[in-house]
Amino acid sequence: MQRIRLRYTKRGRLRFTSHRDFQRAFERALRRAEVPMAYSAGFTPHPKVSYANAAPTGTGSEAEYLEIALTEARDPETLRRLLDTSLPAGLDIVDAVEARTSGLADRLTASVWELRLDGVDPAEAEHAAAAFTAAGGVEVQRRTKSGLRTFDARAAVVSLRTGPTDPPPADRPTDRPCAILRLVVRHVTPAVRPDDVLSGLRAVADLAPPVPAAVTRLAQGLLDEETGAVTDPLAPDREAAAPEPPSAPAAAAAAKAPA
Amino acid sequence: MPADAAESALSVSSVFPQLEALLPHVQKPIQYVGGELNSTVKPWEDCDVRWALMYPDAYEVGLPNQGVMILYEVLNEQRGVLAERTYSVWPDLEALMREHDVPQFTVDSHRPVRAFDLFGLSFSTELGYTNMLTALDLAGIPLEARDRGLDDPVVVAGGHAAFNPEPIADFIDCAVLGDGEQAVLEITAVVRAWKAEGRPGGREELLLRLARTGGVYVPGFYDVEYLPDGRIARVVPNRSGVPWRVSKHTVMDLDEWPYPKQPLVPLAETVHERMSVEIFRGCTRGCRFCQAGMITRPVRERSITGIGEMVDKGLKATGFEEVGLLSLSSADHSEIGEIAKGLADRYEDDKIGLSLPSTRVDAFNIDLADELTRNGRRSGLTFAPEGGSERIRKVINKMVSEDDLIRTVATAYGNGWRQVKLYFMCGLPTETDDDVLQIADMATRVIQKGREVSGSGDIRCTVSIGGFVPKPHTPFQWAPQLSAEQTDARLQKLRDKIRGDKKYGRSIGFRYHDGKPGIVEGLLSRGDRRIGAVIRAVYDDGGRFDGWREHFSYDRWMSCADKALETFGLDVDWYTTRERGYEEVLPWDHLDSGLDKEWLWEDWQDALDETEVEDCRWTPCFDCGVCPAMDTAIQIGPTGRKLLPLTVTGQGDG
Repeated sequence: MQRIRLRYTKRGRLRFTSHRDFQRAFERALRRAEVPMAYSAGFTPHPKVSYANAAPTGTGSEAEYLEIALTEARDPETLRRLLDTSLPAGLDIVDAVEARTSGLADRLTASVWELRLDGVDPAEAEHAAAAFTAAGGVEVQRRTKSGLRTFDARAAVVSLRTGPTDPPPADRPTDRPCAILRLVVRHVTPAVRPDDVLSGLRAVADLAPPVPAAVTRLAQGLLDEETGAVTDPLAPDREAAAPEPPSAPAAAAAAKAPA
Repeated sequence: MPADAAESALSVSSVFPQLEALLPHVQKPIQYVGGELNSTVKPWEDCDVRWALMYPDAYEVGLPNQGVMILYEVLNEQRGVLAERTYSVWPDLEALMREHDVPQFTVDSHRPVRAFDLFGLSFSTELGYTNMLTALDLAGIPLEARDRGLDDPVVVAGGHAAFNPEPIADFIDCAVLGDGEQAVLEITAVVRAWKAEGRPGGREELLLRLARTGGVYVPGFYDVEYLPDGRIARVVPNRSGVPWRVSKHTVMDLDEWPYPKQPLVPLAETVHERMSVEIFRGCTRGCRFCQAGMITRPVRERSITGIGEMVDKGLKATGFEEVGLLSLSSADHSEIGEIAKGLADRYEDDKIGLSLPSTRVDAFNIDLADELTRNGRRSGLTFAPEGGSERIRKVINKMVSEDDLIRTVATAYGNGWRQVKLYFMCGLPTETDDDVLQIADMATRVIQKGREVSGSGDIRCTVSIGGFVPKPHTPFQWAPQLSAEQTDARLQKLRDKIRGDKKYGRSIGFRYHDGKPGIVEGLLSRGDRRIGAVIRAVYDDGGRFDGWREHFSYDRWMSCADKALETFGLDVDWYTTRERGYEEVLPWDHLDSGLDKEWLWEDWQDALDETEVEDCRWTPCFDCGVCPAMDTAIQIGPTGRKLLPLTVTGQGDG
């Protein structure tokens, strides 16, 4: 049995895909691409797919991960291309490696998020981020199934600073300011989500974006505690595959991943 | 695939940026973003005829609709023509769209519906009428056809409910009866020519050109005159060149129309998640309550090889894990056994399940059932005897004997099934309490036999009941509808009888809600133009999603109807529980389903005499009128061909 790890995206309007929606779409893509999937035993066999740490509905992502089990070996890059063309544009499979190490999920200890705040002055955002970082703790509330919960959003945050302002997408008005925040946050329980950090910014500095923030996960991986950087979680599998060098498109896709 | 390609295809007229800001605040935003697998986005500027197609219900119900999916593909295959889809938005998004001035949009490119040339709506049921008004209003299109201008789309109604579009005559520009595949292309050609000529004569001229084809009904070109007692005196064309009667459309060779070739695969969860193939169209079993069976005649089968090809291509294009073999009575296909076996053989390794949504007791056999469940789950079987007594089954011409049923379910229980669902109707013409109470006896016999052959007490039978609603173009179009109170009372007696059975009652499930929605459906399905005022009043009062229990309000419908109909000296009973006479001009008499009105009347009389009629597929023609009127004929097999295994299955190219 071969196990393959994939990195995929939720881009553009398809960021509104829920995790359940993605699961259905992915399992259909497996069928369309005629991937020789291993099935679970039991009365209703399911293809063996393990998902890790899905981004919330409505947030974009450049770095979602999953692992599939195959009954016959396949070249990871060929499989990646095949699956990518079998999924709608926006749900893109951008990286594939054969699993040669254990514990992908254990290597996903932190995420890098980009928060695009349309209509917010970058200076104001910078001020708010500084106030948030300076605080010892930032209490926020979130509505959960069991009611309103209060917790600290500060401790899990490794860093929060203003990022480079790219030109805005073509379908958006350009005549108003736009602030970009880059957030590195540890995966802790209970999870601190970008939304919680936004609530924190409102709490410490009254930052209230006029339109909902566009949130995108840029990277997920092992947090380097010294540098505060998030490393590529598929790198150990790639290294274990040496001396064979990684195939060119996979390397290109990995290089694109901001860490 | 890069997302940029999809994003850059959005033209300047896309309302997505405005919509996007609202989506984080609504339930299931994925249903509004489009981007489904196999969806099509064509450049706006490259097309001269543009259709917005709507199924006027929630996305989860509308997306799997075969009619819309077929027309979407047929139109988009044409050079210079584009079709995009739009669905009803839930009240949470509707409120936000009104607050932020976001118009009704298509999910494909998020273009405003008002920018299209044609706005086609498919009505499977009358309960979508208020949703049409919501969509028109959100789109910024005047609700009443007479207020629309040159740049408003032509609003076209289709689907089974369009066989009596009179209740929505004020709101639509035209209606198309019957199969849409060829009709939409004919309409497209008329619109294209009119636009190329610089839109001469404006909207009126375009509608006149459409009406003159004889296949498009333009309600505005007909005047309805009434008698003092409220009945219709006559319906007359008010323009020259407009036909007295408008005919339905019939596609004769289904193999020439293998649509959908690339079914849409939604990201959101929908009511049917399967690869559906229509294995035949039409039904001549002659059940007298069944509008679908009457208006879709004659029977036209898709060939076994045509079906095999569609399934093969469709599964490759979608990745679905279930195949639905659709029709009005799927086990009646002349080669159903070969089809089921061939498909089950072919997809055994791929774990593809087969389903047959409509199966008659007398056409069912256990070999077929085994093939259907070979690759999937053996969950439950559903049969529809429709009537509880032999007598009432003769009235409705559902020629299924109780012994047939018992024999069939015995085989099923004997072969490992544990659950059988039986579907019945209540409120059928001439029905008495006794006819309905016999449903309990039938269910009891089913359980008795089931326990006997399975040797187990662990079997169930669910009795599911729907209220009968008389429909236009059926022999029961003259029949009185049973009032909601009488229906509820009759079913209470049945419930008590089942519950009171100590020995078998606990194995029998009973499903029935109440008779109220049926009265509203009855009002709308046999209504005339005066019902438009009721629909409008309900919409203005906030009526939406009438097919959904949690949104439907009987009291709202009744109070609006009482007020609106008072003007005409009529009431809801006049439209629902009143029996019509032979002489009465019915609101849909000028719409030609091919059925001879004389024959329908004779069949109605036969029903009252409990006389049955055979199926003309196997016995001589009984002159319902459709084939000569429409120049059509029954098209059935067997072809004698077989489904061969595919040469390549389950092989990836990695």
